[in-house]
Amino acid sequence: MRVLLVDDEQELVETLAERLSIRGIEARWVTSGDGALELIDREEFDIAVLDVKIPGMNGINLRKLMKEKHPEMKFIFMTGHGSQDDFAAGSAETGVDYYLLKPVSIDELILKMNNLMNT
Amino acid sequence: MGFLNNLKPAFWDQRKLGGAAYRSLFDFRRTWYAAVFVTSAVVLAPLIFMAVMDYRATRHDVESEILLTTSRLVSNIRRTISYFFDERRCALDFIVNDNNFRMDYRPEHLEAVLENLKKSFGGFVDLGLIDPQGIQRVYAGPYHLTGKDYSNQEWFKQVVKHGAFISDAFSGFRHIPHIVMAVKYRYNGGSFGVLRATLDTENFVNLLSNLEIDGHGDAFMINHEGVLQTPTQSHGKVLQRISLPIPKDAPETRVFEWVSANGTPLVIGYRYITDTPFILMVVKNKPELLKAWDDTRKELIGFLLISAAFILFVILWGATYLVNRIFQSDQKLIVTLHQIEYTNKMASIGRLAAGVAHEINNPLAIINEKAGLMKDLFTFKEEYKQNEMLMGLVDSILNSVTRCGRITKRLLGFARHMDVSIQTVNVNDIIREVLGFLNKEAEYRSIQISIDISDDIPDIETDAGRLQQVILNIINNAFAAMDNNGHLQVKAGMADPENIALTISDDGCGIPESDIKRVFEPFFSTKTGTGGTGLGLSITYGLVEQLGGTIDVTSEVNRGTTFSITLPLAIEEKEMKNSCVYS
Repeated sequence: MRVLLVDDEQELVETLAERLSIRGIEARWVTSGDGALELIDREEFDIAVLDVKIPGMNGINLRKLMKEKHPEMKFIFMTGHGSQDDFAAGSAETGVDYYLLKPVSIDELILKMNNLMNT
Repeated sequence: MGFLNNLKPAFWDQRKLGGAAYRSLFDFRRTWYAAVFVTSAVVLAPLIFMAVMDYRATRHDVESEILLTTSRLVSNIRRTISYFFDERRCALDFIVNDNNFRMDYRPEHLEAVLENLKKSFGGFVDLGLIDPQGIQRVYAGPYHLTGKDYSNQEWFKQVVKHGAFISDAFSGFRHIPHIVMAVKYRYNGGSFGVLRATLDTENFVNLLSNLEIDGHGDAFMINHEGVLQTPTQSHGKVLQRISLPIPKDAPETRVFEWVSANGTPLVIGYRYITDTPFILMVVKNKPELLKAWDDTRKELIGFLLISAAFILFVILWGATYLVNRIFQSDQKLIVTLHQIEYTNKMASIGRLAAGVAHEINNPLAIINEKAGLMKDLFTFKEEYKQNEMLMGLVDSILNSVTRCGRITKRLLGFARHMDVSIQTVNVNDIIREVLGFLNKEAEYRSIQISIDISDDIPDIETDAGRLQQVILNIINNAFAAMDNNGHLQVKAGMADPENIALTISDDGCGIPESDIKRVFEPFFSTKTGTGGTGLGLSITYGLVEQLGGTIDVTSEVNRGTTFSITLPLAIEEKEMKNSCVYS
């Protein structure tokens, strides 16, 4: 399972990627939407974990663009923001179960990713 | 006073209440006064004006009518009296011009003439013939007056001068008033004689006293000196001076008003009777004449008073009704303004909380990952895995992060609910979420909270934010009512298949019977002076209404208070939108 982490907090995605690697999940990370779109052209990913608020681009739009390129790709939102609008928009795209509020425990994240891969 | 208090409209004592913001847009008592005063003035002034005008016009008519009838009466009597005198004088003229009379000067003949006069006219007492020297030559009558010298008497001079004469009344030998009537006649040779007749006044006294005159009226005659010639009912006896003024000489009938010595207003009509020394007077009592007018006046005033009372009643009722309606809508407006303010405040708090939570969540996530990585690294290295102290430290960090996460999630949840929307709400969750904010206070004050939520409650479709505010407000009130070590009970169950019932009970100080009806009224507060606006429960009431539910309260002083709320399983979005245009 290859995972792409997109979040403007580099420290967060970096560490999370390392922790996932320790658990045998191959994870790459970028801190911008453009970087993410660039990266998926070069490499294959099964799942993308996106923040809703990314500099220069909305996470929800980013998901749409990525989905156009790789329709088979699965998505999880992970955000620190909880406004009703974001929640409604985000959870409508991915389902309530895959709209996670930071901080997220790594075990829960892996559980969600496994669930998503099996559906 | 109790009766008056019942009548007193709600707005009356409004300005006595303490001063919260948006107290009131108007001074309702003044508005009421102004409405009542202006309407009364506009409506009553013309009515009173018309009534006064009508009163004056009618009174004027009545008075003119009195004067007119009096004048007419005087004219009629005058005609009769004049006729009376003319008739007798003509009789005397007829006698003196009769040839038999001129031929025959014997007293027997005069006696016969007197007898005939008595038969046909009545009232003649005696007759006498007087020569130009004033000596009575022949006499017929009860006295012995033959040869009496009248030459120095005024009446003789008058009759010689004018040809006819009628005297004032005088008291005769039998103390009966008499008058003398005399006519002059000429012989062919140029000499002259005078025929003198004495008449008692009984005939025209009867004429006058038999008249029926309205207003206790009195008809009588006086001479030009004001001496009564005929008896009166209340103005003196015959041959006495009259107590009234002698009217001015006038050729026609006149009427004037006078106030008698004892203060009675009188209407006096009079007429100088031509060729006699008499003045005919008709005196009427004015108050008696005005009695009929009194009834009309009473009716007029009664009508005015009843109309005014009715109009005033309608004005008072109308003004009270209208001002009360304005007052009520004003109150509603104030409550709405407060609700807007309150909602805005809550929304601001919500946005602030969300901002804070968001800002904290990101670094918290980093701490979480870093500490998690540390733990991962420790777990893979045997030497650290055995070090319980290091593992304990990392776990402690991770636990704290989890705790912080719970707090920020709760804040975000609260903030999210500030936005108006209908969503599926789990009653259990929402109650626990609200209590989450109050747990610390409950802990400090040792307040025990028991939650009893029945399992058969389905999730309901409602506005979670409003429901949260309702529950929060009521529990805050309960906390304020309770001392330390109090008990709070929150129960939820099905009220009926369409509604859920939520009851929140405390064992606090309770609400007195007299206040319980008013607790949902805006500005009703028992916490006066402690910063209460008196709006908490009224806003709560409004929120429950917006949720399509009902709220009720029962309470016992020193035993506690129970708020019972019923909420429908689903509310229509349209209904919400209508009632929350401001959100």
